Amino acid sequence: MTAIRKERQGQEMALTAGIVALIVIFSLLPMARLLQEVILPGGQFSLDIIRNGLIDETTWRATWNTLVVGLGGTLFALVLGVAVAILVSLSDVRQRQAFVLCFVTPLMIAPQVTALAWLQLFGPSSPLLNMLGMAPPLGTRNPLYSPEGIVFLLGIQYAPLVFLIVRAGMRKLPRELVEAAQSSGAGWVRVLGTIILPLMTPSIVGAAALTFVSCVGNFGIPAFLGIPANYLVLPTLIYQRLAGGGPDVLSDVAFLSVLIGIIAMVGIVMQDRIASRRDFRITSTSLPAAPYQLGAWRLPVELGMWVLIAFILVLPLVGLILTSLVRGYGVTLSAETATLENYYFVIFQHAAASRAFLNSLYLSAGASIFAVFVAIPLGYVIAWGNKRWIKALNLAIELPYALPGVVLAIASLLLFLKPMPITGIQIYNTVWIILYAYLARFLILAVRPTITGYFQLDRALEEAAQVAGAGLFTRLRTIIFPLIAPAAIAGGLLIFMTALCELTVSALLWSSGSETIGVVIFSFEQGGDSKYAAAVSAIMVATTFLLMLLASLFANKLPDGVLPWRD
Amino acid sequence: MAGLSINNVTKAFGDTKALDNVSIDVADGEFLAVLGPSGCGKTTLLRMIAGFETVTGGNIRIGDREVSTAEANTPPEKRRVGIVFQNYALWPHMSVSENIGYALKVARVPKAEREERVKNALALVNMEQYGDRRPANLSGGQRQRVALARCLVAEPRLVLFDEPLANLDVHLRASMEDEFADFHKRTGTTILYITHDQAEAMALADRIAVMDHGRLMQLATPRELYHEPANEMVASFISQGMVLPADVETEEADGQCRVRVLGQELVVRCRKGEKPRKDARICCRASQITSVGASQPGFEGTITRAVYRGGSARIEFEPASAPQLGLHFDQPDPVSFEAGQRARLAITSGWLIPADGAA
Ligand SMILES: Nc1ncnc2c1ncn2[C@@H]1O[C@H](COP(=O)(O)OP(=O)(O)OP(=O)(O)O)[C@@H](O)[C@H]1O
Ligand SMILES: [Mg+2]
Repeated sequence: MTAIRKERQGQEMALTAGIVALIVIFSLLPMARLLQEVILPGGQFSLDIIRNGLIDETTWRATWNTLVVGLGGTLFALVLGVAVAILVSLSDVRQRQAFVLCFVTPLMIAPQVTALAWLQLFGPSSPLLNMLGMAPPLGTRNPLYSPEGIVFLLGIQYAPLVFLIVRAGMRKLPRELVEAAQSSGAGWVRVLGTIILPLMTPSIVGAAALTFVSCVGNFGIPAFLGIPANYLVLPTLIYQRLAGGGPDVLSDVAFLSVLIGIIAMVGIVMQDRIASRRDFRITSTSLPAAPYQLGAWRLPVELGMWVLIAFILVLPLVGLILTSLVRGYGVTLSAETATLENYYFVIFQHAAASRAFLNSLYLSAGASIFAVFVAIPLGYVIAWGNKRWIKALNLAIELPYALPGVVLAIASLLLFLKPMPITGIQIYNTVWIILYAYLARFLILAVRPTITGYFQLDRALEEAAQVAGAGLFTRLRTIIFPLIAPAAIAGGLLIFMTALCELTVSALLWSSGSETIGVVIFSFEQGGDSKYAAAVSAIMVATTFLLMLLASLFANKLPDGVLPWRD
Repeated sequence: MAGLSINNVTKAFGDTKALDNVSIDVADGEFLAVLGPSGCGKTTLLRMIAGFETVTGGNIRIGDREVSTAEANTPPEKRRVGIVFQNYALWPHMSVSENIGYALKVARVPKAEREERVKNALALVNMEQYGDRRPANLSGGQRQRVALARCLVAEPRLVLFDEPLANLDVHLRASMEDEFADFHKRTGTTILYITHDQAEAMALADRIAVMDHGRLMQLATPRELYHEPANEMVASFISQGMVLPADVETEEADGQCRVRVLGQELVVRCRKGEKPRKDARICCRASQITSVGASQPGFEGTITRAVYRGGSARIEFEPASAPQLGLHFDQPDPVSFEAGQRARLAITSGWLIPADGAA
């Protein structure tokens, strides 16, 4: 009897220890190393690095720019995302499912691909404008190479994020709250302004904070649009410093990345403040309110929504594909000149590109498989466990993803610059350091849906197995894993899609031989080879679509809300 | 204040008819309860009166204005109808006063007058000191009072209640019942009150509309519903009436006629103009059944269950000639019946259910 209990406790201890080790390795350690570099460089307390950073005028300019595009992009994404959420949730527009799918897709496409696609749309070499004879003369600057361009693209990239969060909030709005206002004599505009939007404050503020953090940490869009215009934000400044100076400037960039981290944290803290100022808790559940009848406006509004899709999704993708078919700079695209050579080149002839396809494939597969297997026990402890302090540690797993990717990349650099103690293994300058960063950064993407899955599962299923005498590991393997696996795998798929085209982290960590697809697209574009960049991007967009389709095939086995593009 | 008239209203959700040709007239100042089993269409009816659902056929008039027809629907905000929801539906982001004053703000009532009226409304429901509270910090009964004050402040022409007491515990229910009755007496508002609790409906309403499967079964005063149910559904639904097959043997005279039930002959109350007919139904109550001696008119059968209820027992009984008809009646202390025992019972009176079933 005691022996069995001992074994039980042993299993629980092992699980807990494993999870703590995981959190330490993938979250606490890199963050601690980063802070140490800034305030305890070489083991001694010193404020020199902070002082040097603060007197540098470039720091201030980049910080200012970061704030400008961060706030601008957030504002634009909020307006667009909330407006669309209101239309989809509260009015009687048709083809909702298809529209939501199209509207959310930009979120699934990597930011640098979005940037590239839009760049191909405007500017003198735009195949589309050339075909239409509307291209500006050669030598004209692309209008997107500007802060406005960055704000615009950030807004489009993250409006779906706002949409998803606000839409989820609106679904929970009980119809009685709306109807009570209508019976009080309030018309629809008034109900929207005084009841619905105020009640959505937590969702909207939450979405704003998340979008702000994403905008501030975004590397792909300001890299493609800002660097040519010499408009630097903190992530691109870090990239340039590091590319120019190598490991010598590490303390410098460590300071800069802490700065981004602080800006992001301020956003998160402000959200918390605003959301807790009033009581927005909706306690009752009920059907959603009857959709507002647009009447004669329905068709025009629907048309407007699809024009929006054409503008934010179809047009840039068309631009991207057309560019990938162009023979060379300045050659006008037509049926005769179109070619698949670019695809052939990037897949078979360009060594780094073909390597990158494999690297990214291994990296994202590795990250997602690891995450799926870790998420299940981790989610178990967080969702069903009764250890308070582990729930607190949940925050620690959120951190590497909540903070901009640059922060984690720099932290990983610092951590692995020297060979690891005892073993002497050196992973700096190999593909392994990228894998480490991916594991740390994306783990939460699988943990979140898994926890949702646990909450929708009846705990009695596990308890029945426990009564039948199954130990913790047996229960995890035979009962919990089969039940929870779909949710965790869906999370893994999200990781796979995100990691496949990832740029922010790998741009700072790659080395020759460990290129990723994101890096290859970026290098092609920087070297002026837009057609190759476009070809790689087009392949990646197609892959993304295929993966979305694949995931949708087993959608009915998943908990609600795990696949973001399904309404 | 205004009366309400619902004329031949039908509501279809796809293929299913939630309401089927319902007509109800509510007089100005009347308290009308709508009673029926779950899913019979009560809420749907209320939501159509408030304007949240359109009607598929028929029309609804409030006062002298037609508000709902199959073609046109006056929007809810133009109807001046107040609603109290089962789940209160107080806005969590506003204080109690703000909740109550919302309708006045919408109507652009000047601030001073608004505050005055909010204060009066709070006083009306005995909640003066709670104006600054958040709804989340109130008890269920207090929330329901605020919801009532919120709906009254705009002086609606008609107040609708959708099971307002269903979420409250028994004691609170009784005291809120008193408050509603009191409030109706004081203000004389026209009220449509939905409930599936018969006792609540009987205690509060001037008249009760009984519904089943989307149809109006009977619209009558509580007394009439109990004593003169129009059809089998009402007879068995109200206070668990027993419906028994009977043959009518004489014509109606003086509101009574002679019938034969389970082999026993007796006189029951009936409508004017009833004629002798076979295969009729009577409704009788537990209090209208007694046990009798072997020589008296009655019928034989077996006791199937005796459940002691304190002071009396509920006795269930199967007549020998028709075992599928379960009868029940109360025997006061000292309880002598036991399950399995043979007994002879008699029906003392009853009500002949009209043949057409119409209300
Ligand atoms: N929006 C809707 N779509 C389809 N069917 C509906 C809808 N609303 C109600 N119904 C159906 O109409 C019928 C009547 O529903 P209603 O809510 O009016 O019942 P109710 O009498 O209020 O019941 P309860 O006492 O349980 O509240 C039910 O069968 C219900 O399923
Ligand atoms: Mg109901």
